[in-house]
Amino acid sequence: MDTSLLFIQLLNGMQLGILLFLLSAGLTLTFGIMDFVNLSHGSLYMLGAFICASLTQLTGSFILAALLAIPLTALCGLIIELVVVRQLYSRHHLDHVLATFGLILCLDTLAEMIWGPAGIAIPLPAFLNGQVEVFSGVVIPTFRLLIITVGLTAAAGLYLLVNHTKIGMLIRAGASNRTMVGALGVDIKTLFTGVFALGAGLAGLAGLLVAPIAEASIGMGNEIIITTFVVIIIGGIGSMKGAFIAALLIGLIDTLGRSYLDDLFKLIMSSEAAETAAPAISAMLIYLLMAVILAIRPQGLFPAASR
Amino acid sequence: MTNLPLKKNISRHPAFWINTIALVLLAVVPPVLFISGQPFWLDVFTRLVILALAATALNLILGFGGLVSFGHAAYLGLGAYAVGIPVYHSLYGGMDSIASFNGFLHIGLAVGISALFALLTGAISLRTRGVNFIMITMAFGQMIFYAIVALENYGGDDGLTIDVRSEFPLISLDNPLTLYTVCYLSLLLVLLIVYRITRSRFGLTLQGARSNEQRMRSLGINCYRYQLIAFVISGAICGYAGFLLGNFTTFISPEMMDWTRSGELMFMVILGGAAFLLGPVFGAAVFILLEQLLREVTIHWHLPFGILLILSVLFFNGGLAGAVSRLRSFKNQ
Repeated sequence: MDTSLLFIQLLNGMQLGILLFLLSAGLTLTFGIMDFVNLSHGSLYMLGAFICASLTQLTGSFILAALLAIPLTALCGLIIELVVVRQLYSRHHLDHVLATFGLILCLDTLAEMIWGPAGIAIPLPAFLNGQVEVFSGVVIPTFRLLIITVGLTAAAGLYLLVNHTKIGMLIRAGASNRTMVGALGVDIKTLFTGVFALGAGLAGLAGLLVAPIAEASIGMGNEIIITTFVVIIIGGIGSMKGAFIAALLIGLIDTLGRSYLDDLFKLIMSSEAAETAAPAISAMLIYLLMAVILAIRPQGLFPAASR
Repeated sequence: MTNLPLKKNISRHPAFWINTIALVLLAVVPPVLFISGQPFWLDVFTRLVILALAATALNLILGFGGLVSFGHAAYLGLGAYAVGIPVYHSLYGGMDSIASFNGFLHIGLAVGISALFALLTGAISLRTRGVNFIMITMAFGQMIFYAIVALENYGGDDGLTIDVRSEFPLISLDNPLTLYTVCYLSLLLVLLIVYRITRSRFGLTLQGARSNEQRMRSLGINCYRYQLIAFVISGAICGYAGFLLGNFTTFISPEMMDWTRSGELMFMVILGGAAFLLGPVFGAAVFILLEQLLREVTIHWHLPFGILLILSVLFFNGGLAGAVSRLRSFKNQ
C-alpha cells in the first residue's frame, strides 16, 4: 500500500472529523444544557458558508470575511432562538423536531431567495491556496492543514471554556440541573440564548471552512446533519468528549472506507463484484458501525454522566 | 386523544360521521373530477391517498405506540425500488431470479424487504428511547438513501424510470382511474387493519406501553417485543405504499427517501392528530392540498409552508383532531 497516499487519506479523514466535531459540539451543547433537539443546525452551517461567500466577494478578503461570518451566523442563531426555539424548551422532543424541520424549510428557501439556487464558490487567497510538503514526498494542500488547525484550536478553546471558566461552570451546572441553577439566581434564559448562539457560531465556522473546498450550496447542511447525528449517537448523547472522539472516528472510517474498501473486497471476491459492492457498503459503513456500537452499548460510547 | 368509543353506539359519535364523509368524498370526488376533464386533480388525489396510507402506517407506531420514527421514507423507497429493480431486469436482462413484471412478486418483495429492514433496524433502535430513537431511525433511513445512491446500476442519484408498471390479471394500472381505485381500496384495507390492531389485545398493550412503559413491564409484559412487532407491521405497510408510489410516479429516485420526506410523513401524522385513526388521512389531505395551493402562488412555496409548520407546532398542539376535540369541550362547558 502506498504510505504517502494513506497519510493523505488519514489527514482527509481527520479534516472531515474536525468539521463533524464543530457541528456536533453545537448540538451537544444545546442538547446537553437545554434538552433541545435542533434539526436546523445544518441550516446554520449552510448560512455560515453563504455569508462568508458573500462577504468574500464584498471585501475581497477570505480571512476578513471568515472572521465576520462567525459572529453573523451566531447572530442568526440568536434570532432563531429568540423567535422560535425559546417557546419550545418545555415541549416534547417531537415538537422540537417538527418545529426545527419547519425552520429548515424556511432557512433553505430564504437562502435560495437571497443567493440563488446555484452554489457559490469561495476563492482562496494565494497563501492558502498552495501546498505544503509535510515530509519528503508527502504534499498536502495548505488549506486542509488550516482546517485541521482551526478545528483543533476551536476544540481546545471549547474545552477551556466549558471546564475552566465561570460561564463554563454555569453551562455544566445547567446541564445537570436547570431548575436549581435558575433558583440560584442565574439568568438561565440568557444563558440558553448565549449557548445556542455559540453553537450556531461553531456551525457557521464549519460551514465557512468547507465552502472553499466544496462551495456553498442550498441543502448542504441537510446532508451533513445526519452524519453529525451518527457522531452524537456513537459518542453518547450530551457528551462533549464522546462527540470529539466519535467525530474523528467517523471522519477516518468514512474516508478510509471510501478509498480502500474496494481493494479490501477484491481480496475476497471477484473484482467485478467488489466494484459493485464496495461503493454501496462504504456509503453505509458509518451507519453499520453505529448499528454495531448500539447493539453492544445502546447509550453510546461515552454517555454523559448526569443523564 | 380522540379515539372512537368502544361502545356499540359508535354511529352516534360525531367523529364517526366526519370520518365516513371524508372517506366517501375521497371515493367520489377524484373520479368525478377525472371524468369531467381534470386529470391533474386525480394525480394530486392519488398521491394524497398513497401518502395517507404511508402516514397511517407511521401512525401505528408514532401515534399508538408513541415511538417517534424519523426514517419511514426509507420504506417508501424500498417499496418503490421493489417494483423498479425487477422491471429493470426483465427489460435489460440479468438477475433472473427476480426479473419479472408480476405485480404480486413486486408486492411480496416490497412488503418482505421492508419488514426485514424494519425488523433489523427496529431490533437495534428500540433498545433506545427519546431523542436517541429519533436520531437512530433517521440515520438508518439515510443509510438506505446512500446505499441506493451508490448503486450505479439502477441510476444512482439520477433515479430509475419504471418503463412498465406492475402487471396484474384482469386490471391494468396504466389506467389512472384503476390505479386510483387500487390505491383507495388499499387505504381502506390498511385503515381497517390498523383499526383492528388498535382494538386488539396487542394494540391495547402497545398503547399501554406508550402511556406507561414501566407499569406495563411490572404487569409482566415484554414491551420491547410488542413494539418491535408494531414497528415491523408499520414498515411492511409503508413498503406497500412504496409499491403504489412507484407504480404511480413511474420514476423513482433516492430523493423520495431523503430524511426530509420522512419529516413530511411525520408532519402529516401530527397535523391530523396522532393516535386518531383517520388523523393521517386528514393530515395528508391538508398537507398535499396546501402544498398544491402554495405552489401555484410562488416557486418559493417552502417558505410560507415552513412558517405554517412552525406556527402549527407553536399554537396548534394536538393537530386537527386535538383542535376539534378542544372546540367540542369548549362548547360543552
